[in-house]
Amino acid sequence: MSTPVPPQPPARPRLGVFKFASCDGCQLTLLDCEDELLGIAAELEIAHFLEASSEPAPGPYDLVLVEGSVSTPEHVERIRRIRADARHLVTIGACATAGGVQALRNYADVDGYLATVYARPEYIETLATSTPISAHVPVDFELRGCPIDRGQLVEVITAFLAGRKPAIPNHSVCFSCKRRGNVCVTVAHGTPCLGPVTHAGCGALCPTYGRGCYGCFGPAGTTNLPALVPLMQRDGMSEEDVGRYLHTFNVTAFTAVEEQELPGTTDGEGLG
Amino acid sequence: MSDSTPRSQELRIPSLARVEGETALHLRIHDGTVIEARLKIYEPPRFFEAFLRGRAHTEPPDLTSRICGICPVAYQMSACRAIEDACGVVVDGQLAALRRLLYCGEWIESQTLHIHMLHAPDFLGEDDVIGLSRLHLEHVRRGLRLKQAGNAVVELLGGRAIHPVNVRLGGFHRAPTRAELRPLEERLRTALDDAWDTVRWVAGFEFPDAECDADLLALAETGTYAIESGVPTVLPYSATSPPYSFPLRDFTDHVAEEQVAHSTALHSRLDGRRHLTGSLARWAVSGRLLSPLALQAAREAGLGDPPSHAGAGRGGEVCRNPYRSILVRAVEVLYAVEEALRIIAEYERPARPYAEVPARAGTGHGATEAPRGLLYHRYTFDGGGRVTDACIVPPTAQNQGAIEEDLRRLVQAGLDRGEGSEAELTRLCERAVRNHDPCISCSAHFLELDIERIH
Ligand code: SF4
Ligand code: SF4
Repeated sequence: MSTPVPPQPPARPRLGVFKFASCDGCQLTLLDCEDELLGIAAELEIAHFLEASSEPAPGPYDLVLVEGSVSTPEHVERIRRIRADARHLVTIGACATAGGVQALRNYADVDGYLATVYARPEYIETLATSTPISAHVPVDFELRGCPIDRGQLVEVITAFLAGRKPAIPNHSVCFSCKRRGNVCVTVAHGTPCLGPVTHAGCGALCPTYGRGCYGCFGPAGTTNLPALVPLMQRDGMSEEDVGRYLHTFNVTAFTAVEEQELPGTTDGEGLG
Repeated sequence: MSDSTPRSQELRIPSLARVEGETALHLRIHDGTVIEARLKIYEPPRFFEAFLRGRAHTEPPDLTSRICGICPVAYQMSACRAIEDACGVVVDGQLAALRRLLYCGEWIESQTLHIHMLHAPDFLGEDDVIGLSRLHLEHVRRGLRLKQAGNAVVELLGGRAIHPVNVRLGGFHRAPTRAELRPLEERLRTALDDAWDTVRWVAGFEFPDAECDADLLALAETGTYAIESGVPTVLPYSATSPPYSFPLRDFTDHVAEEQVAHSTALHSRLDGRRHLTGSLARWAVSGRLLSPLALQAAREAGLGDPPSHAGAGRGGEVCRNPYRSILVRAVEVLYAVEEALRIIAEYERPARPYAEVPARAGTGHGATEAPRGLLYHRYTFDGGGRVTDACIVPPTAQNQGAIEEDLRRLVQAGLDRGEGSEAELTRLCERAVRNHDPCISCSAHFLELDIERIH
């Protein structure tokens, strides 16, 4: 990186950033890398990034970051075209990896939702579901979080540049808490916390601020809901409360875990 | 117009760049006259107002922050205020000060992002901040530093810059100690210089003439520049109409959203007229309450003195040129840095990090000044504290009518000057849209504007 700049710089790998149904928070994380941004721009050609540049260049791209979920008929077409143009495709955030908070509609009556929000629902075009990118095209790597963590994003980009696999551990928030030296909020204060079943990445933010984890990174690699749910109920949550906790920012991913570990409990009721 | 220009022309810009979220623009021109300028927001609906129903009264702050990654604090603050209003709780003292501090952090980082990364490239003929950094590295570095200072405030108080985790009803999960806030001071003192330099930098830009003929709507607070609270206040466009305010609980009686299929789309109208919210409106409504330092910066930047419309008299200068909104934003960043420093200097850690907010049946209203303008929330709860109805009116939804009218006039003026080529019109329109810093992600309530499919 620090070698003298050759007179004719070699072609840099081309980066594309694309957005589907989302809040823009995950792609904004790239602009929040203030210390790294200019360095990243030196290593990668930012070919397509609408939030940041008005000169989008066509593919193919070496690395594509996709934010957001598939929620309209047009999205289904567009993600296929993008995949065909992408050498490596990485999804960033809960929307892109699990359908996001808007996947709450998957468990509800979308016509009812439309009528709730819009006076003239017939003008709106939407799918009845919000699905992750991997439901439509092959994905090379999924980065979790709502939003993703800046450090993990830089690791993914660095790993891509170095041609290796990103070092993103699959363990739970509890591990990060231990590493950070936090006192366990459940053990010490009886605060219900999804940390034991939630994917690490945030550095155990909520417990550090005295709050129970609410699962914004989605399920960890291994989980034990049958052990955790009674503990949360012991700490004052009703079954319905626990359900709503699990069914928020990563509703489809946690529902899949429940179906495996707590068969018979997810009938789509009480999911908000 | 040149002879090669067809009499009837349709211009479609399939995706507007450097705005938050996704928008397209559709212009219809006939015989050199702009018939229609229509922003087509294709950000898909995300149904927040629907799935909030049935949720516990503690949940909307975290849930609605996910409407927009660029101003999550604004969503959290408006939601908290609305719910606390419904529950009859007023958060004051140091907890209120901490909230303002958090919000200042978001103002600093979000407005700086817009100034340096999204808006300034237009004035300097660059496509993006990377291009900008080739010629103006110092300014880009300063922008990144300033943005980082804002993020540092939000990260310290909120845990992270996007969708902070530390906010809760009644205050915070954990209130910082004085010692924890101290490292921010040094950063913010550098930021104060950076903010000054930013004002001077943008003051040197060239501003095309333009005027937005819309009423201006912003919150007004007694004795201070409104950020996290206030009463909706209107400065009408018509010079003969005096400014007026209305109670927040009547918000949707005054600001009505209308969904239309074929005409120029959803317009949320203020008492039947076109209106604009955001930095130009804030400057007009409460600019005189800025700090002496910010006022001095405003004067140096050429904004003049803000209007003093307490009572009927006006005086002072209302800025209605959307290109100059970048100046007001830069002044607001300077003010927010100063405010943050002031709050930190006066901070005493409260005995408890939050006030108890017990659930009860009722309806509550909350509005705050998001960086992009007034953001209104309303919730109704049943006896068990469950949401039975939610209504969210984001700033961009309110500004849309004014933006479209702005586009129509600018394109018309461009055509009259002979700038009829597609490339020229595209550039003109993209600039015009970015002037308003629209945040399209607030699709809580956004509409598909054009049912004739373009693609
Ligand atoms: S995952 Fe969360 S932060 Fe990322 S785009 Fe979706 S809603 Fe926004
Ligand atoms: S909810 Fe859990 S995963 Fe998300 S920031 Fe908090 S602790 Fe981290």
